[in-house]
Amino acid sequence: MSERPSIFLVTILCFGIAVLYVPMLVLISYSFNASELVNVWGGFSGRWYAELLHNRQILDAAALSLEVGVVASTAAVALGTLAAISLVRFTTFRGRLLLTGMVNAPLVMPEIITGITQLLLFIAMFNLFGWPHRGITTIVISHVAFATAYVTVTVRSRLHGADRSLEEAAMDLGAGPVRAFIDITLPIIAPALVSGWLLSFTLSLDDLVISSFVSGPGTSTLPMVIYSKVKLGLSPDINALASLIIAAVGACVVAGSFIMRRSERRRLIELQMANHP
Amino acid sequence: MLSTADPTGPAGATARLPRVFSGVARRSGRWLIILPPLLFLLIFFLIPFAFAFKISLADIALRVPPYTDVLKVSPDHHVIFSLTLANYRYLLTDEVYAVSYLYSLRTAFFSTLICLIIGYPMAYAIARSSKSTQNILLLIIILPFWTSFLLRVYALEGIIRENGILNTALLWLGVIDHPLRIMRTSLAVYLGIIYTYLPFMVLPLFATLEKLDHTLLEAAADLGSPPWRTFFDITLPLSVPGIIAGSMLVFIPAIGEFVIPSLLGGPDNLMIGRVLWDEFFSNRDWPVASAVSIAFLVFLVGPIALYQHYNVKDLEA
Repeated sequence: MSERPSIFLVTILCFGIAVLYVPMLVLISYSFNASELVNVWGGFSGRWYAELLHNRQILDAAALSLEVGVVASTAAVALGTLAAISLVRFTTFRGRLLLTGMVNAPLVMPEIITGITQLLLFIAMFNLFGWPHRGITTIVISHVAFATAYVTVTVRSRLHGADRSLEEAAMDLGAGPVRAFIDITLPIIAPALVSGWLLSFTLSLDDLVISSFVSGPGTSTLPMVIYSKVKLGLSPDINALASLIIAAVGACVVAGSFIMRRSERRRLIELQMANHP
Repeated sequence: MLSTADPTGPAGATARLPRVFSGVARRSGRWLIILPPLLFLLIFFLIPFAFAFKISLADIALRVPPYTDVLKVSPDHHVIFSLTLANYRYLLTDEVYAVSYLYSLRTAFFSTLICLIIGYPMAYAIARSSKSTQNILLLIIILPFWTSFLLRVYALEGIIRENGILNTALLWLGVIDHPLRIMRTSLAVYLGIIYTYLPFMVLPLFATLEKLDHTLLEAAADLGSPPWRTFFDITLPLSVPGIIAGSMLVFIPAIGEFVIPSLLGGPDNLMIGRVLWDEFFSNRDWPVASAVSIAFLVFLVGPIALYQHYNVKDLEA
């Protein structure tokens, strides 16, 4: 729009952004507070960061969460891409409605219900087959299940927009369907795979409710440790941990959007050059 | 039958191969793609609901796992069903379930409304900015979404607790002389939901407002319509799809919310997610927890899913 937003709109926008950011900024400033008491400023200090490095419980939980996140989101990208291809390319098959429902349902399902029902399944399976043990296996399976839904939605929309004729041209020139997919379609949907992976990874790292239900004794992901610490009361080292996470995520998102915008611009320039040599 | 060309396959692409062979290969190839996600989600997402349903018909028992068998095979090979609807009846008699159901609905509804009231002008302001400002503003709105949800709830606690920054500031300014008690109240739950879900409201609203046809607004202005009238007659009706999409994105997760009422709310802020958690972990009454889940599914998730299903169909048509 050419018209400039009014003072009223700008005020609300600034207010909204302040609402989003002030709590995080306050948290970061608390993390440098030398005092253990939140309402007393004991001077600037990095001691909570140093203590974080020696907290085995947090380090172990962080390692577990990262492992779960990487494995689950990789598996979810594989399954979600297959599901997206099935839904976009095969318009009629038995079970299509079922698959459509199962990739849409996790998006509206409260986590707590997914968590309870999956736990009941894992217990029943364990009693029948002696597998899976509750712990990292069950957490990964649960995360794959909801992350697959998010990946499918992401990849599906990209696949809808993809130009089918390129793939057909490759097959007319003698490429098999698998070869055509790998050489032509995969590069086209690659950005969706990347964003699907990142989305799954973030959701997996952040999941508290489902993990709490399906994990076994002795297996705690990072959100589970954070939750129990926060629930118990003040824990200044969580401030330091939170600040680190916010800083890392912020840097990644800013860098990621910068890279994406640059590649998008390059693509547009290439497109223009191709049209007007 | 196999020689009939598959209308969904790449037409004519494999014409060089004998048709029968390519038909079989394509069909089995298709199932290689369809089956892995289908089976995985079937086993680990859908079948669990069958187990929950089964256990909701069982009785609580002092053993591991803590419920009775619904299906038993007696020594003389008779299958014995021992089903009970007592858990469902219990949901109707103990008023905590009805209360928490209504409280969840109310909390989700009003938080969504407030998100809309704050989010709409925000989205509108972003849509009216120049292209480069727009990109930066969108990044600012999206960024909190990528950081941990749990940590953001925790960060909010630092603002609103008794010795938090809000009370300190208000006391220092002399606006109040006693610290406000926000933590462990309904207000804290509302603030938590609004704070964490606001980006979900702004983004879809921005997407529709950005696509708004400006010639309509100019035409209205040319015909002498005052700006507020143009807004209510043109902008608002045209942005209804964004309002619906944003409201769904806030309402749906808010209604099953557990973390926010648990960390910020008080003991009387019973949202259904919290009741479920307590039933499961504290009372260890799995049959009742299963019955609550199934009821929740039927009365809340089901209608929402159906609504979305038909709504999407309408939009596509």
